[in-house]
Formats: sequence, C-alpha cells, structure tokens
Amino acid sequence: MTDVPHCTAAEMLAILSARQLADGQVVFAGVGIPLLAATLAQRLRCPGLTILFEGGVIGAFVEPGKLPPSTNDQRCTKRANMVLGSADVLLLLQRGYVDVGFMGGAQIDQYGNLNSSFIGDPAAPRTRLPGTGGGNDISSLTNMIVAMKHERRRFVKAVDFITSPGFIRGNRTRAESGLPAGGMFRVITELAVFGFDDESRRMKVLALNPGVSREQVQDNTGFELIFDDPLSMTAPPTDHELGTLRHLDPERLFTA
Amino acid sequence: MSLHDAATLVQDGMSVGIGGSTMSRTPMAMIWELIRQQRRHLSCARSIVSTDGDLLFGSDVADEITTSWFAQGILWGLSKVMRHHVETGGKRFYEWSHMAIGMRFRAGGMGVPFLPIRSMLGSDVLRQRPEAKTFECPFTGETLLLVPALNPDVALIHVQRCDPYGNAQIDGLQFMDIDLAMAADRVILTTERIVSNEQIRRAPDQTKIPFFCVDAVVEVPFGAAPHECFGVYEPMMRHMEAYVAKVNADPVEGMRDYLARHVYEPGSWTDFLSLIGLDELLEASNRGRSIYND
Repeated sequence: MTDVPHCTAAEMLAILSARQLADGQVVFAGVGIPLLAATLAQRLRCPGLTILFEGGVIGAFVEPGKLPPSTNDQRCTKRANMVLGSADVLLLLQRGYVDVGFMGGAQIDQYGNLNSSFIGDPAAPRTRLPGTGGGNDISSLTNMIVAMKHERRRFVKAVDFITSPGFIRGNRTRAESGLPAGGMFRVITELAVFGFDDESRRMKVLALNPGVSREQVQDNTGFELIFDDPLSMTAPPTDHELGTLRHLDPERLFTA
Repeated sequence: MSLHDAATLVQDGMSVGIGGSTMSRTPMAMIWELIRQQRRHLSCARSIVSTDGDLLFGSDVADEITTSWFAQGILWGLSKVMRHHVETGGKRFYEWSHMAIGMRFRAGGMGVPFLPIRSMLGSDVLRQRPEAKTFECPFTGETLLLVPALNPDVALIHVQRCDPYGNAQIDGLQFMDIDLAMAADRVILTTERIVSNEQIRRAPDQTKIPFFCVDAVVEVPFGAAPHECFGVYEPMMRHMEAYVAKVNADPVEGMRDYLARHVYEPGSWTDFLSLIGLDELLEASNRGRSIYND
C-alpha cells in the first residue's frame, strides 16, 4: 500500500476530477475547482484538451500562479486559440461541439439536479443564492461532471429548486422535458466518485476514495445510494499530481 | 462629453443594459455617476453582475436586475448586499441562464421579438420566468424555448478606445456588448481613451461597435475600476477585498459608509481613483498589460 500524500478535500476533488477528462476532449469549465482540474489534466496527461470558458474563450492554457478569479477575466484568454462573445461560446454547447461540461455544485439530489438559486421557498427564500450563470446551459446541453463538497445537507433527496437539470425526476423525464442531449455523467466528492443508473437515473457510487467506507458515504448522503457491484477503490493522489496542482495554485486560491 | 452630462441621458425608471461581465469592463464610472445623481427605479440587465449589482441595489438606484449570476465573485461566496435587498423583498433579481440573457440581447439586436434556445427547459429557472414560452418547432416537432428580445432604453458600455463619433474598438473578451449596443435604443460609451477617426480606420477589423449606435462618448481612464479592463488593468483586488469585507459585515451600514466615502464625497472620478491608491492602480496596470507579454 502506497502512502497517501496529505491533501485537502479541495485538492482531492481537483485531482480526481482531472482524471475524468481525456486527451482530445472539448471541455466547458466553470470557475474554481473545474477550471483548476481541467488545467491540471492539461498539464498532466491531456495536452490536447481544449478548455472553453463562458467569458468567451476557446483553448485556454491558464498560467501557473495566475488563476483567474472568474471565467470572465483576461487571465482566461492566455494562449487561447480564440476569443468570442459569451453567447457564442455557449452556443457551441447547443450545436454539440462540447464533449463535457464541468462545474461545481452547492446542492445536488438523487437524480443529479443542481440548485444554486434558492434555499427554501423561491417566493420567500431563506437564502437567495447567486443563480445559474452558465450552469443551466451547460447541464442542459452536454454531459456533466460536477465536483463538490460532500455533506448531508448538500446531498438531498430532492433539491429545493432545479437550477441546472440533471435527470429531473429520473427515467426518461429529462428527454421528455425537451433536453435530448447530455445529462449528469459523474459527481466527484472528497468521499467517492458517482455515476447514474442507466434506467432509473438515480445516483450510483462507482468508486470509493482511499480510506473511505460505504457507510461513511451513505451516512453523509440524504437519500439512498445505489452501490456499483463490484465497487472499486480509487487510487490515491500521486506526488506528481499533487505537486503539479500546487504548482498551478500556489496561493491556494481554489484549494484551501 | 462629461461623465455628468452623459449620465443625464439615463432617466428615472429606464431600462438599462450594462456591458462587460462580472469584474471585466464594467462601466463603473458611469454607474458611480448615476449613484451620485441619485437616479431611481432603474431596471438593469447584465450577463453576470458583481459588485456593480451591489452598488445599484445598495444606493437604491435600481429596483430590479435581470442577470444569470449575482454575487461579488466566487472568491467571496454569497453577496450579503444582494441577499439583504432580495430576501427582504425590496428589490428583484430576475434570473435567466447566461445563454438566455445573451440570446435576449441578440434578438433585440437582430430586430426580432424572440429567439429559440434549447436550455432552461425542464428547470425551475424556467418556471420562474413565465415571459419565456415553450413551443413546438413547426419543422421538426421538437420542444424549444422562446426567449423575448431585450431592448434596453439605454446601454452603458466601457471600451479600451473609440473615436469621437463612437466607433469603438474592444480588445479581448467582448462578452455581450456588440448585441447589447445593437439592441439598446441609446448607447453611452465610456472609454479608456479617445482616438482619431483616422486611427480607427487603420484597423477597421478591430471596430466592434459602429458610430451610429452611439449617443455619447466620455473619456474616463480607469473607467472600470476597481474591476478590470482587458490589456489595461486587472481588478484591484485589495480594494475589492476591503469593499467585500465592509459590505458583507453589514450590508446596510457598510454600504452606506462605502457610498459616502467612495461615491458621494470624492469631487471627481480621479478623486475616487486616489482613494484606491496609486500603488494599487500601478500594480493593476502592470498586471493588465502583462497579458501581452509572451
């Protein structure tokens, strides 16, 4: 058994998320862990990964130590192939040019629907959250990877509000809602890697993170999980992955 | 034209489209001037709002903001200012997807009343927006969403350079500004510098907004501060962090204090820039220009 290098939950998310991407893909990345993980994948083993940002960027190579504070900042354009309008880069999703969308999440449910709009009743919300940004467009139009913190209050049976659609109410309800393409592909947390059942579209544990038990994942989740059989165990982050990640984010902007 | 005179084109109750996105090319000097002139009941729309949205609500200039995302920036979590004004019911935040906002400005700029899109369907974002309509495509039978055109009474856009007629050249990310300029009934440009028409004509491929859309041009160096202007300066993060700490600690008193010290008391935009400080302006400029370094 190799030693697991000490890393923060956010670092674990970034590294495991980066492993989900493949060379040659076109990935639409949100700010924070997604931007960092896509950049990490590019540096580690996917030099041909084309990163899109909603500010209007195709083919970004973000510089180490110069992470942009949003995906609309000039730093996102460094060494890009092309800049274009924000509506136009989002339209690439609609036309089908994007292989995978990649974003963070505040609250998710068993069908992979995400809420970033309201906690409580939208008519009189307990908390008004920032809203969708491009999240609704990305999750409506392509295959999604979501990287998020694993807490019981964030993994709920049904979200208060569907900001970014996963599989809606399961089975074929996504396609029946007018969303024929895409859907939730993977959810990455500090505890496990999740996919979705082909039929019911309920969330399914595909692999446990190093040192994590089934019970621990279930206890931190507000609905009943399906477990893949056999259930695999994710390989721990390597020193090379962690070293490259810390080189990209030396100030721990997104990995504190 | 002066900032003061250009701002008089914006009248109480108007709909206002705001250019740039998040912390980039925000027409901050014009928003600052509208606050000073105590404009009221504006209905604003922008792709993504940052601290500009806080200021518009906190100063009581805007009653409603149509956007896809509203917080100061992901580094700072939720905006307590937005939360205070929206949760207590005083102000309205109308949420659309980012692409929907873009296609609403585009429809406005194309001179058509709507455009079809494939996102927002099946979500509760759509449930909150009865003004968007689902329809069955007459050619394919698919379900699509029609989003209505946005034609603001006036657009506020900040650019790197334009000539005195309003032929505007934008470096880097253009966001939704071209559609917004076409869609709005009037356009007020603030610009880092005014150049000659001859200079514009030497590189017409760089011109993104034609003069006949534009009603006013104001030269305002650092006119997007403390946000960034591509290739000229990056965000002034120390000022931003101090602002966020102040208003998120107390969205009412903190905002009142910020507005008093940074908006109402300075004699001019240059005086406001002095409050940000020469050190920070120079650092931001240095970082801004570094985008052109190899």
